[in-house]
Amino acid sequence: MMRLLLALLIVANVVSALLVVFARHEHRQLFVQLNKLQRERDELNIEFGRLQLEQATWAESNRIDQVARERIGMKFPEGAETVVIRP
Amino acid sequence: MTGRKPHRPTRSGPLDRVLGERGRGGGFDRLVEGIGERFARAREDRGSRGNKPRGRSAQFNLRNRLILVGGSLGLCAIALVGRALDLQVISNDFYRQQGDARSLREIPIPTSRGMITDRNGEPLAVSTPVESIWGNPKELAKNPERLPELAKALGVSRDELTRKLAQRAGKEFMYLKRRINPDEARKILAHKVPGVFSQREFRRFYPQGEAMAHVLGFTNIDDRGQEGLELAFDHELRGKPGTKRVIRDGAGRIVENVDLVQSAEPGKDLTLTLDRRIQYLTYRELRRALVDTGASSASAVVLDIETGEVLAMANLPTYNPNLLSAGNRDTHRNRALTDVVEPGSTMKPITVAAALNAGAVKPTTLVNTTPGWMPNGRYRITDTHNNGVLTVTGVITKSSNVGAAKLALPLPNDYYYNFIRGFGYGQKPNSGFPGESSGLLAPPSRWSGTTKATMSYGYGLSATPMQIAMAYAAMANGGKLIQPTFVKGQRNEARQVLEPAVAGEIMRMMQTVTEPGGTAKQAAILGYHVAGKTGTTRKFSATGGYSRKYVSLFAGVVPVEKPRFSMVVVVSEPDPTKRGYYGGSVSGPVFRNVMDGALRLMDVAPDDIETWLAVQAAAEAKRLKQNGGKPSGPVVPVATQTVASPPPIAASALVQGGAR
Repeated sequence: MMRLLLALLIVANVVSALLVVFARHEHRQLFVQLNKLQRERDELNIEFGRLQLEQATWAESNRIDQVARERIGMKFPEGAETVVIRP
Repeated sequence: MTGRKPHRPTRSGPLDRVLGERGRGGGFDRLVEGIGERFARAREDRGSRGNKPRGRSAQFNLRNRLILVGGSLGLCAIALVGRALDLQVISNDFYRQQGDARSLREIPIPTSRGMITDRNGEPLAVSTPVESIWGNPKELAKNPERLPELAKALGVSRDELTRKLAQRAGKEFMYLKRRINPDEARKILAHKVPGVFSQREFRRFYPQGEAMAHVLGFTNIDDRGQEGLELAFDHELRGKPGTKRVIRDGAGRIVENVDLVQSAEPGKDLTLTLDRRIQYLTYRELRRALVDTGASSASAVVLDIETGEVLAMANLPTYNPNLLSAGNRDTHRNRALTDVVEPGSTMKPITVAAALNAGAVKPTTLVNTTPGWMPNGRYRITDTHNNGVLTVTGVITKSSNVGAAKLALPLPNDYYYNFIRGFGYGQKPNSGFPGESSGLLAPPSRWSGTTKATMSYGYGLSATPMQIAMAYAAMANGGKLIQPTFVKGQRNEARQVLEPAVAGEIMRMMQTVTEPGGTAKQAAILGYHVAGKTGTTRKFSATGGYSRKYVSLFAGVVPVEKPRFSMVVVVSEPDPTKRGYYGGSVSGPVFRNVMDGALRLMDVAPDDIETWLAVQAAAEAKRLKQNGGKPSGPVVPVATQTVASPPPIAASALVQGGAR
């Protein structure tokens, strides 16, 4: 009886040791994956930031003002050109 | 070896020759002989010839010898196993540490600095990644033949690179090129020179450039805030770099990620109260004023009256935060918060408010300013011309120094001092901006006989443009003073510094300034009632006394009904030969142009439709006359006709009216 118990314990021990190895391996695998995804996320964030920057540069007030006035020939309506609508 | 008997005396081997006679028969010889004998015997046993063993071997006890040898070898083995056990299991710390130190590394995970946006979420400061090329001088020194190639790729001269490398010969790290475009970095790395690596860093970009430079400040090469709001909110913006544990091989490549020690916390984004569009407008108009008036510097502040939010703050001269040069730190100063000016006549509404608040006068009380001057100690207080008898309102409309002094003089010193101080003069505005100036306001104990009279029209005390804007916002806000803020969502507590009824009276008085007969008709905005006050002061010269240099101010609020914006424009040292030096003519137009745009951008309803209708009626009448008395119907076709006027004329008009 004791012998059976002992054998059982030994087997359990080996199994748990293997499970530890497996868990550790899995942990590393997942960590690698996590890192990869994080890097991907960072890349996307960075790309987003860069696009935002680009958009801000194109939409810079100075540029829009200039384009509107010089290229499209827009101007601000004078008082006489404005129609006041009474409620 | 076959056929050669090692110990035949007749044949002398090399060993015998070396040993000579002396060596023979010595212990060494015997040992050699003994071993030789054993070999010989073994050979003989294997062989079939059966030579008889020599008699001398009988002297050795073979068994004892084997035990001795086996025992000592066994002890050695036990010692080795014991030591191995000791190192591997019992006291393994040292070597484990050393081993880890060579392969396990904790490396930082870089984080980016938070973004700064304006009130509408438009980016004002963004960190984007750049690459920094670094080299290992030790490794580079091993391949000197690759250096010219590397120097060419880096774009530096070969001598310079060798010199730099020689300086850090013993080190393992040096920057070769910092903060370059990732594509450029990839090109350099493509040469695959051993010992050259790249590292990701972040660089800050400011899409608004010069227009926002002073408020935002900038960061240094390590991404730490150096000035402005970048410095004030450095802690929030910076974030925390994390660390992770990795296994590296001999070449420094990461073999495996082991563990996350601390996850990286990216910097928080900061939303400011500034409005990008109003800011740009302010900057543009200031720049135009600087060109038109030949002034040396200028500042402007726009505050939201109800909340104390700073909507715009611009200064000139300015700098490009994307392209910092070491020179001229003078341009880095946020003059609107750090530089003080004597507020001049912009102080008069506060003097009048003090008199009204004390109940000493009413808006209609008459003040005699004849003959346009009055004595004040050794000096004279003078007006630009003799205004005769004015009402209290008239004192502000005509900006009479004599009138202001006459209103202030009967007030008790302490009351007057505390009243001015209540509006924030002589105290830091506490906007959270680093390096704010508190201005100068002397307590009554340090007043001389003339101080109170000079203070009543804005001399003998100093304030920053921000402080003046704050005081005007308080008058427009029913007497509630709110400390300004740069962060959206932050509300500072309001403090009642003036009776609401008096605040309303002051607003109506200041409204006359921009109406016909006032000193700042240039600040009037079509469709809105504007309350404001001009100011012109002489600059204090370094040699003492007042110089011939002027400061032109305009402080105002719009619209008078339900005020929204308070704006102060300060133009320093305008060239008097260009557009004069009076606040109304120099700073007034800046105020009008910026506020006109801001009111439109922020959808503020006009409170003065009557003038608008009058203008429209006048235009209608003009058209009627052109059409020969025929009613022209709605305005719209005529408006299109105006737009359709020949482009060259329209273009020239644009240049005059638009950005220059």
